[in-house]
Amino acid sequence: MTNMGTSARTPWLVAVLALIGTVWPLIGFSNYHLFQLTLVVVYAIAILGLALLTGFNGQISLGHGAFYAIGAYTTAILMTTWNLPYWATLPVSALVCALVGFLVGLPALRLEGLYLALTTFALAVAVPQVLKYKLFDNYTGGVQGLVIDKPEAPFGLPLSPDQWLFLFTVAVAVVLYIVAWNIVRGRIGRAMMAIRDHAMAAEAMGINLPAVKTSAFALSAMYTGLAGSLGAIAVQFVAPDSFNVTVSLFLFVGLIVGGVASIGGTLIGAAFIEFVPNLADLVSKAAPGAVYGVILIAVMFLMPAGVGGGLYMLWRKMARGNAVATEQPADPGVAPLSTRPAPRMTKT
Amino acid sequence: MLAGVLHQIMSGLATGGIYASVALALVMIYQATHHVNFAQGEMATFSTYIALTFINLGFPYWVALAGAVVISFVIGVTIERVLMRPLANAPVLASVGVFIGLLLIINSMSGFFFDYTIKQFPSPFPDHPMLGGYLSGHELGSTAVTLIVLISVYLFFRHTRLGLAMRAAAFNASSSRLVGVRVGWMLALGWGLAAGIGAIAGCMVAPVVFLDPNMMSGILLYAFAGALLGGIDSPLGAVLGGFAVGVIENLGGAYLVGTELKLTLALIIIVAVLIIKPSGLLGRRVYSRV
Repeated sequence: MTNMGTSARTPWLVAVLALIGTVWPLIGFSNYHLFQLTLVVVYAIAILGLALLTGFNGQISLGHGAFYAIGAYTTAILMTTWNLPYWATLPVSALVCALVGFLVGLPALRLEGLYLALTTFALAVAVPQVLKYKLFDNYTGGVQGLVIDKPEAPFGLPLSPDQWLFLFTVAVAVVLYIVAWNIVRGRIGRAMMAIRDHAMAAEAMGINLPAVKTSAFALSAMYTGLAGSLGAIAVQFVAPDSFNVTVSLFLFVGLIVGGVASIGGTLIGAAFIEFVPNLADLVSKAAPGAVYGVILIAVMFLMPAGVGGGLYMLWRKMARGNAVATEQPADPGVAPLSTRPAPRMTKT
Repeated sequence: MLAGVLHQIMSGLATGGIYASVALALVMIYQATHHVNFAQGEMATFSTYIALTFINLGFPYWVALAGAVVISFVIGVTIERVLMRPLANAPVLASVGVFIGLLLIINSMSGFFFDYTIKQFPSPFPDHPMLGGYLSGHELGSTAVTLIVLISVYLFFRHTRLGLAMRAAAFNASSSRLVGVRVGWMLALGWGLAAGIGAIAGCMVAPVVFLDPNMMSGILLYAFAGALLGGIDSPLGAVLGGFAVGVIENLGGAYLVGTELKLTLALIIIVAVLIIKPSGLLGRRVYSRV
C-alpha cells in the first residue's frame, strides 16, 4: 500500500534505520547540524500532513503554510502569554489546527481539484496579513513576532538543548508516522484513496464522502500544525513574514519531490527543501527558487510518483525481478496521477 | 462622505481595470486549456522588468511598452509549446505542479536579473489630479489603456478570422482540427496574448505599487477573485468581475476591514463565489458525465 509495507520484516527494518538515524546524529553531529536535522524532521511531518490530504485523499492544497503558521503561533502564544511549557502546547496546537482544518474542509467539500488549489493558494497569500492584523497585536506581537525560549533537557539528562530538541522532535515524529501509516493502511485510508480515485464510485460503495474528506482535512491540518509548533520551538521565533506564500509552495515542492502518496518519501522531500536552498544559496540568492521550480517541473514530467515512489518501484524491481515488476508496474498507492480524471468541475 | 465614496469607487474602477486585464489573461488560458495559470502574475512582473530595462536604455515609454509586450508574447508562446503541450490531458495535480514550478522559476529569474530591491516605475501620464480631483492622471490614463486593451481583444476575437479560429480551438478542439484550424498554434497564440496583456497590466500597476519580484502576487489574487466572480469561462464576466473586485476592494479597504486585510477580502470573495455560485455571474454551468 504505502512504499514501505510489503513484507513482515519491513517494520523492523524501518525501526532499526530510524534508531540509527536518531542515535548517530545525537552522538556525532554538531549542534548546528542537529538543528538542521530537527528542521528536516519538522518539515517531514508538515509534508506528511500535506501528503495525507493531497496524496491520499486527492484534495490539492497550496496553502498548508497557513496551518503551519497557526500551529507555530498557537505554540508561541501559549508559551509567551500563558507560560505553558513547550510540550504542553502540542496537544492544544493539534486540537486548534484540527478544528481549523475541519472548518476549512467544509467549504473545500464543494471545491474540486483546481478550484481548491486556487482557494488554498489565496489562503497562503493572505496569511501574513492576518498575522500582522493589529487587533491581534497583543497576542501575536504584530510585525515583530514572538520570541520563545529554547527548552532545556529535562530530568538532568546530559544533553545539550539542541540534542534534546532533536530527540523530542524525533519522538513526536515517530508517533505521528506510526499513526499515519496505520490510518493509511486501514479502513479510513482506503476510503480516502477510494475518494481520490473515483469519488462517485466511492460514494456508491457507502463511503461517507463529506465525513471522510473533512476528517482528512482536519487530520492533515493537525499534522502540519504540529510541525509548525515543533518548528517554532526549534527556531525559537515566529513572525508574520516567515509564513508567507513560499512556505506553502515549498511544502508543496517537498511533497511532489518526495512522492505525493508516499509516506517514506516525505523524509526525502523534507531533506530536499531543507538542504537544497543551503546548497543553492552558495550560487545566488535567486537560485533556490529556480532550482525548486526546475526540479518540480522535471519531477512532474519524468518521475510523477516522486523520488520516494520512484525509489520504491526500483526497489521492487530489484527485489522481485523484472518479470513481476512489469506485470504490476505501479502501486496504486504511489501512482495516483495516471488514474485521475481530467480536471472538470462536477455539478451533480 | 458621498464624495469620499465616489472617490473610492472611481479609484476602485481604476485598479479594477488592472485586475480585469489579468483576469482576462487567466480566463483566456482557462477557456482553451482548463488550466489556471498560477504563474500569470510572475510572468507579468517579469515583463514589467523588461519594459523598465528598455526605458533605462533610453527608449521612449511607449516603445519600451510595445517591446515588452512583444517579448512577453514570444515568452508566452514558448512556454506553451515547450511546457504546457505535454500536459494537455494531464491530471490537475501535474498541471498545478508545473505552474507552481514556473512561478518559482520566473520569480527567481526576476530576482536574479533585476535584483530584489524595490524600484520605481515611470508613468507616461501627467501627475496632477483629473476629473475634478476624483482620479489621478495615472489612474485615468491606466484605465483608458486597459479599456483600449480590453476592447481590442474583444474586437480581435469577434471580427478577425484568427480570433474566430482561436475561439473555435478553445470551444471544440477536435471539430476545429477537422475544419483545418491549427489548434496547437491557436493555444500557443492564446498564451502569447495572455502574456502580452499581463505585460501591459504589469506596466500600468507598477507606478502605483512599485516594482519588485513579488509585485503581482496580491494582484493575481484579485484577478482570481475577479475571474471567479464573473465566471472563469467567460471573458466578459472576467472583465466585469475584475472591475467589481477593484471597487469592492477599495470600498472594503476604506470602510470595512481597513487596508491591512485587503488580501483577506480577496480570499473571502473567492470562497464566497465558489460556494454560493461556483459558475460566477456570467459563467456557464459545467456538467460532467461519469
